[in-house]
Amino acid sequence: MLENIIPRSVQKVLIEIWGMVNFSGRYFKHVLAPPYELNEQLRQFFEIGYKSLGLVSITGFIIGFVLALQAIPTLEPFGATALVPAMISIGIVREIGPVITGLICAGKIGSGIGAEIGSMKVTEQIDAMEVSACNPFKYLVITRITATTLMIPLLIVYADTIALLGGYLALYLVSDTSLQVYFSQIFDTIGFEDVVPATIKTFFFGFTIGVVGCYKGYTADKGTASVGVAANTSVVIASLMVIIWDMIAVQITNLLF
Amino acid sequence: MKKSFGSSEILKDINLQLERGETIVTLGKSGTGKSVTLKCIVGLITPDSGLVQVLGKNIPDLSYNELQEVRKRIGFIFQGGALYDSMSVRQNLEFPLVRNSKLNRQEIDKKVEEVLNDVGLLEAIDKMPSELSGGMRKRIGVARTIIMNPEIMLWDEPTTGLDPETTRDISRLIVSMQEKYKVSSIVVTHDMICANMVANRILVLNDGAYGSSGTYKELADSTDEFVRSFFEEV
Repeated sequence: MLENIIPRSVQKVLIEIWGMVNFSGRYFKHVLAPPYELNEQLRQFFEIGYKSLGLVSITGFIIGFVLALQAIPTLEPFGATALVPAMISIGIVREIGPVITGLICAGKIGSGIGAEIGSMKVTEQIDAMEVSACNPFKYLVITRITATTLMIPLLIVYADTIALLGGYLALYLVSDTSLQVYFSQIFDTIGFEDVVPATIKTFFFGFTIGVVGCYKGYTADKGTASVGVAANTSVVIASLMVIIWDMIAVQITNLLF
Repeated sequence: MKKSFGSSEILKDINLQLERGETIVTLGKSGTGKSVTLKCIVGLITPDSGLVQVLGKNIPDLSYNELQEVRKRIGFIFQGGALYDSMSVRQNLEFPLVRNSKLNRQEIDKKVEEVLNDVGLLEAIDKMPSELSGGMRKRIGVARTIIMNPEIMLWDEPTTGLDPETTRDISRLIVSMQEKYKVSSIVVTHDMICANMVANRILVLNDGAYGSSGTYKELADSTDEFVRSFFEEV
């Protein structure tokens, strides 16, 4: 009955959402149950966390530097350049740092996971694990989702710090502000309500990026083209979900604080 | 056993019995459900109806953990080898052993070297799958399977895409595995060189069901046009 009323494209989206919700449920069901893939888990922490440091550092530095360069001429006519550290710290910690780094991670990590697992699916490597009585969900999915959930928040905190240093460099070039004054102004400005909600939402970003990448790879069709599709749709859906989670987090934060 | 995909009925009436120590070859044109049959046996695909009794257990009725226990006693050789391409040959072979046995490090190393020796590729132990030829990848796939000492081996197109000499090498390997490890095998192929060398019995899959069956010689003398089409290429 409903099949006739709901358009086919909407049905497809609903099926995808239901598939990802189920996939997430399967993750929570298995994450604490033995056997544990500790070596693979550590390898994924390294692959997802450490190997993203370079990209996140450059992005974070440029965000802070550019934000400060844009803020200084805007605030200067009002004699408010002293507010630049406060302004950029609020902007970076609350919003720009988490969202931009989240999107960068959705692109780099989400596509990587989607393509890797998709290619394993297409070449029957996942089936090979299954028939040799090894649980591919534990080995491939649990380790990657856990790694993105824990590493992406760390990457975002790190990117925020680098962005604040980038902001300082821009300010120093224009107004010769000392590092001590700059950071004391920042610590005077940002508080619990800025840091904690912004950090909590990054766990959702990380979890979603991991789930989407793994789900799209794990459910890839046969054929090499589906590897590209898995990688591409992982980035698109994960990026969209980062924005949606951010919107929800802002609404909840505004209600609570 | 029956299996359909959408409106396409692939397996209409499959009836197959594998005796201990026997090697059955399943012949059939591409897309007739030969690989689907193997995947039903190992629980990768669930049939729509029917029984899949393997080692005394009906596969579709088993829980995931029960199925994993049965799978430890079955080896599956994939068409393309399905080697884990991010791992070396050694790590590929260790993968099931580390997870499904209680062997210590030295015993695992010894077992890995032993099975690589059996497939004649000990020198490839530290190579990556991308450095191996098609025939070598299949041999490593065999080594990764026999390392678990399976009672049943399922071979999905073991010689597809290989030159005649490598086809003979792989076929000899199948026979030697049968002799050394006393496994029962089902070999899915449309390669008659392989079928001739390994089969105790050949079943011909046509239109979703097994039609003719017999030894290689019996089928070679068959007057059935469909059966003859396989032998005309030899």
